[in-house]
Amino acid sequence: MRRIDAVFARHKKPAFIGFTVAGDPDKETSIRAAMALIKGGTDILELGIPFSDPVADGPTIQKADERSLASGTTVDTVFDIVREIRKRSEVPIVFLVYFNVVCHRGIDRFYREAHEAGVDGILVADMPVEEADEVYKAALRNYIDPIFLITQTTSDTRIKKIAAKSRGYLYLVAVLGVTGVRDRVSSDALDLLKRVRKFTEVPLALGFGISTPDHAKTCAAAGADGVIVGSAIVDIISRNPQNPDAMERDLEAYVSEMKKAL
Amino acid sequence: MRKKGRYGKYGGQYVSETLMSALIELESAYDAIKRNREFIRNLAALQQEYAGRETPLTFCPNVSQELGCRIYLKREDLVHGGSHKLNNTLGQALLAKHMGKKRLIAETGAGQHGVATAIVGAALGMPVEVYMGEVDTKRQALNVFRMELMGAKVIPVTTGTRTLKDAINEALRDWVANVRDTYYLIGSVVGPHPYPLMVRDFQSVIGKETRRQVMKKEGRLPDTIVACVGGGSNAMGIFYPFVKDDVELVGVEAGGDGIETGKHSATLCAGEAGVLHGTLSYLLQNGDGQVLPTHSISAGLDYPGVGPEHSMHKDSGRVTYTAVNDPDVLAAFRFLSEKEGIIPALESAHAVAWVMKNADRFDRDDVVIINLSGRGDKDVAEVAELQGRVA
Ligand SMILES: Cc1ncc(COP(=O)(O)O)c(C=O)c1O
Repeated sequence: MRRIDAVFARHKKPAFIGFTVAGDPDKETSIRAAMALIKGGTDILELGIPFSDPVADGPTIQKADERSLASGTTVDTVFDIVREIRKRSEVPIVFLVYFNVVCHRGIDRFYREAHEAGVDGILVADMPVEEADEVYKAALRNYIDPIFLITQTTSDTRIKKIAAKSRGYLYLVAVLGVTGVRDRVSSDALDLLKRVRKFTEVPLALGFGISTPDHAKTCAAAGADGVIVGSAIVDIISRNPQNPDAMERDLEAYVSEMKKAL
Repeated sequence: MRKKGRYGKYGGQYVSETLMSALIELESAYDAIKRNREFIRNLAALQQEYAGRETPLTFCPNVSQELGCRIYLKREDLVHGGSHKLNNTLGQALLAKHMGKKRLIAETGAGQHGVATAIVGAALGMPVEVYMGEVDTKRQALNVFRMELMGAKVIPVTTGTRTLKDAINEALRDWVANVRDTYYLIGSVVGPHPYPLMVRDFQSVIGKETRRQVMKKEGRLPDTIVACVGGGSNAMGIFYPFVKDDVELVGVEAGGDGIETGKHSATLCAGEAGVLHGTLSYLLQNGDGQVLPTHSISAGLDYPGVGPEHSMHKDSGRVTYTAVNDPDVLAAFRFLSEKEGIIPALESAHAVAWVMKNADRFDRDDVVIINLSGRGDKDVAEVAELQGRVA
């Protein structure tokens, strides 16, 4: 069974999906951060590939992208990071990437290299299903799960189209807006979960704005198959610039606390 | 590849999912309104009574004498607000109002598009917020004050390179968060479909008038039309009605310190295909697909992308794209001011500079039209400051 499918098949409880920007603040620390997330119990690891113009991201992840690029992260570095993690863990790895990075390397080459490094799924942030033919085919050809976003503004017709092309899980965006920590999980997010559920059997993970055990509980109670946490994790990494040991400890503790709430 | 919104292989809709419904809504609203008689009448009335169209096609006796050909200026500097930008904002703001949107947001580089959006916001009674790179708020301080005078809120952008590219990033982030009641009024032929199409349609008034005017004055089509290219809206506006004719079309990009120095904004001359701000087009990027910082003396051309239709014309060779460097631009800025008493915007001075540098190519009775996309008042303070450095 594919690694991502196995997570959702095995779990009775919702999955915890942790995001970090590859190479933030540098290659070595970033690998340690990823391993700490996995040690804490992260079920699926999302790795952001840093981009100069991350328009779907709020200030927290923008700054992580800047830190990563400033330390010299390239796409090759990101593949190295994946290979390092793969040596030590079988946790599913999903790329979050902006299309220009994929497009510039060559779509098929990018997906092939990702698969060879050990990546399981790829979500292209600025790739709506209407334009996705090429990346969809490249994904299937290279044993990568194509993952798509669904938001509050997605119509029912488009939900069906998107669900039909999705493998692994669907990423439901809990807010209207960019990534970043929010106070609470809105009722709109929970309504979205109910609405999408009508159309598909693909596991549904809620992300954007989720950061506390309370948020996680709310999502679990509403029937989410997974919660995705990004900015809160990036915050912990950025709070410990000189002290990777403390960073590891905090990340591990954070993930286990979130897992308990699920 | 999906055909919709494509210019050859370029264009498309590469945006995050939240914006797709807004683009679909925009596309169908625009499709419906562009044939609507009342809309056409309202827009024409505003263009005439409010914006001051049509703008003259001015023959320049002194410059023509000096350069040895027949030079005309299409006077977009005389449009209300001081540039061609109002042609587009009038059209899009009427559309936004028709769609029931409550708030306009825009990005701006030189401040001219911000000013043009502030103008329509005041005239049509809609609140306006303008994102502007912090670097640009300083070098175009006069335009910041003009926008504020007309009731717009200017939001300085402190991320990335703090210029036009980053202003667009922030405007897109705002739009994603407020997509239900906010209209994003893009200022050039860039962005996802249908923006490049819509902005080109609204700017084509420049070329349509030019065609009528030159036929009347010269009894024939011009030999050459020259326009500066930032995002490419003034160029597309004047080129479009001539694309099928035997007229040479020249787009002039910002060479900055020189393409070989890497400090420039000459996207079509030095870029490669890539995706930024929702569209596939030429892009200044590094080997890893990261967008490069740009430089130009003119804030309005300081952008690493360009409209997708230009990319198509570049590949087909229908339009010639070239670049001029900052010192030549400053010389042209002074030359046109001295010879004709017309102070061009630094953006437009790129087109003037190209004609000055290529005067040898033209015969006495060749007709050359320069799109004077804007007036230079906004640039006077910066040029005065630069006198010592570049002159
Ligand atoms: C006077 C003037 N010309 C040209 C431009 C460049 O834009 P575009 O290439 O879309 O005409 C600007 C942009 O700010 C401008 O103010």
